[in-house]
Amino acid sequence: MRIEAYERIFMILAGLMLVLGIVGIGIGALVAGVHVPSPAGRIDPRALSTTPPFDQPGLRDLGGGKYEAVVIARAWQFQPDEIQVPVGATVTFTLASPDVIHGFVLTGTNANVMVIPGQISQVTARFDQPGEYLWVCHEYCGFGHHQMYGKVVVR
Amino acid sequence: MSATARARTVAGGGAVTHEGIFLAEQLWPIKGQLVLALIGLAIGGLMGLMQALDRVGIVIYKAMLMQTYYQGLTIHGVLLAFLFTFAFSNAFVSLVAIRGFERPLASTFLAQGAFWTMLVGTLLAAYAILTNQATVLFTFYAPMRASSLFFLGAALLVISTLLTALNLVLTRRAWQREHPGERTPLLGFVGVVTYVMWALASLGVVVLVVFFLLPWSLGWLKTTDPQFNRILFWYTGHAIVYFWLMPAYISWYLMVPRQVGGRVFSDSLVRLAFILLLVFSVPTGLHHQYVDPGIPTVMKVVHLFTTFSVVFPSLVTAFTVMAALEDGGRARGGTGLLGWIWKLPWGDPSVAAQLLAMLVFILGGATGIVNASYNLNNVVHNTSFVPGHFHMTVGTAVTLSFIGISYWLIPFLTGRELMGRRLALAQAWLWFVGVLLFARGQIAAGLLGEPRRSSIGEAPYRDLISAGLDNWLTAIGGTLMVISGLLYFIVVLWTVFAGRRLTQPLEIPVAEMRFGARETSPRLDQLGFWFLIAVILVAIAYIPTILLYLPLQSVSPPIKVY
Repeated sequence: MRIEAYERIFMILAGLMLVLGIVGIGIGALVAGVHVPSPAGRIDPRALSTTPPFDQPGLRDLGGGKYEAVVIARAWQFQPDEIQVPVGATVTFTLASPDVIHGFVLTGTNANVMVIPGQISQVTARFDQPGEYLWVCHEYCGFGHHQMYGKVVVR
Repeated sequence: MSATARARTVAGGGAVTHEGIFLAEQLWPIKGQLVLALIGLAIGGLMGLMQALDRVGIVIYKAMLMQTYYQGLTIHGVLLAFLFTFAFSNAFVSLVAIRGFERPLASTFLAQGAFWTMLVGTLLAAYAILTNQATVLFTFYAPMRASSLFFLGAALLVISTLLTALNLVLTRRAWQREHPGERTPLLGFVGVVTYVMWALASLGVVVLVVFFLLPWSLGWLKTTDPQFNRILFWYTGHAIVYFWLMPAYISWYLMVPRQVGGRVFSDSLVRLAFILLLVFSVPTGLHHQYVDPGIPTVMKVVHLFTTFSVVFPSLVTAFTVMAALEDGGRARGGTGLLGWIWKLPWGDPSVAAQLLAMLVFILGGATGIVNASYNLNNVVHNTSFVPGHFHMTVGTAVTLSFIGISYWLIPFLTGRELMGRRLALAQAWLWFVGVLLFARGQIAAGLLGEPRRSSIGEAPYRDLISAGLDNWLTAIGGTLMVISGLLYFIVVLWTVFAGRRLTQPLEIPVAEMRFGARETSPRLDQLGFWFLIAVILVAIAYIPTILLYLPLQSVSPPIKVY
């Protein structure tokens, strides 16, 4: 098969570029510790309100600056839609939906996860600066979708 | 019978005549699908104005006769991502295959069937959407309920493409019987590869609609598993972007070089690029689901690698096409390192539109790598970064290329000269400027956390995301794109209804090769072998993932929330 020198050089460069990209991602994951959400359990959306921990949504203090926020995402609100934590808190959000697919993105952080009926979603964020962090639903969930948001108040 | 059916064209030096390959009974379904594609582009594109202006709080969906923002958004997505792309590809690639194989399509019945299924599918889906029974966006994620007419319509649109795929494969087989031992002509080959890839890729959505969503929307199935459904959707949902792109690649690789007076480097590399697209396009879907809760990290990483693999043929495309353009520019008297660029025929609207589309695709590809990059995805997933990205790929690399192609395709099919050439040039440039502003706005706003698919204009948190300027850029850029679309339809209607009759029939532009098929390894012509490789790769990428979902956790009844 005839492959010109130019073509060969270009293919090698293209391959190298992609290898470099994958190495970069590996460094991000292994060194900087940036990971995507992973499975956190299954749940029956029809029985969400009677299944722990979703029978009692809200913020729990786990001690040592660690918190768990149990949040129900339903059309078209988060429950609760505001939590308050001190500076330096690490908050794990545990989310589930009783109806359609929702999304959760916490602005200014890496916390981003889909909330899919039948699945439990979990993401963690650390708050080192005081202020208000907005979170919004980022998957279309009906005509009130754009009204669905909440916030973390860090003092 | 149009002038084109009698077209006598001369290709690449030899006096090859094409009399009798374009049969009238195969040309009308091609023209019919082109008309459907353009109707989809017109209506779907107009909806974009509503979405662009929404970013700055100008809410006009009622003025567009929509009940909600999301109904307009559904029309935008379904008509542009499914109808426009499918119908244009069916028409364009069928025509290319006829020219490539220098024979009529194997089956007139299938050619006409593709038109009728496309038409009926469009009518069913349009009825369901316009009556607000299917405001589910083009992703139609369960458990959001849509009318079964919508699912039936969507299924028919896909079936139309599969009829075309079958016809192309049969046409190649017929050609092989007539030319034993010869290498398949490249122009025919790339069309068949495009559709064979899509036949494998569409399997996910076919299974999803036929076995899950249609019975579920009819009440035969009570519940479904939303996470599993999403896996099936994205099995097709990423590969579909290559089904959108590959017809544009066909033009970039094998037609634009001719239009600019250049030659393509080699038959081998073009064939290799299309085969790599066939092999790597499908097992990549999970990278759309990096932040889905129900998929183990290890499977996400497998798809990370395959997604990066499919970037490779696109980089090869960048090289091959650029080399052919340079060849053309130098043949036209261009000198120096970059001097050839200005010598390209920028005054030809068909060429200018496609060159600008290629330029934008460089940015579209780069932002696509961001989406595919596992941990970077945490920042951009489902934010307006994503539509910023794909308006540069399908929204420009594909759409503006299809527009550029239509600047010779419509004269070819109607026998009428392209009218308003300066208007057509302005159209291409306006789109180019518009999409750059639009994408800049969407991407920057997305990095600040602005969600996609949301009516930002009505969102109570609009002022909490500091994307004021970005949203203005989106609104202005989007408006320019809609105006550009308007100019396009003026040119098209002008040409079709008032264009001067061509004195000589046009020829389809087909580039010459510097190194032809004889230098190409016969292995690269064995489509069956590469298809098998693709199937094996798909099995490796998807079977372990799917096994995790068995037995299915069917927990979600249909819910209507719009």
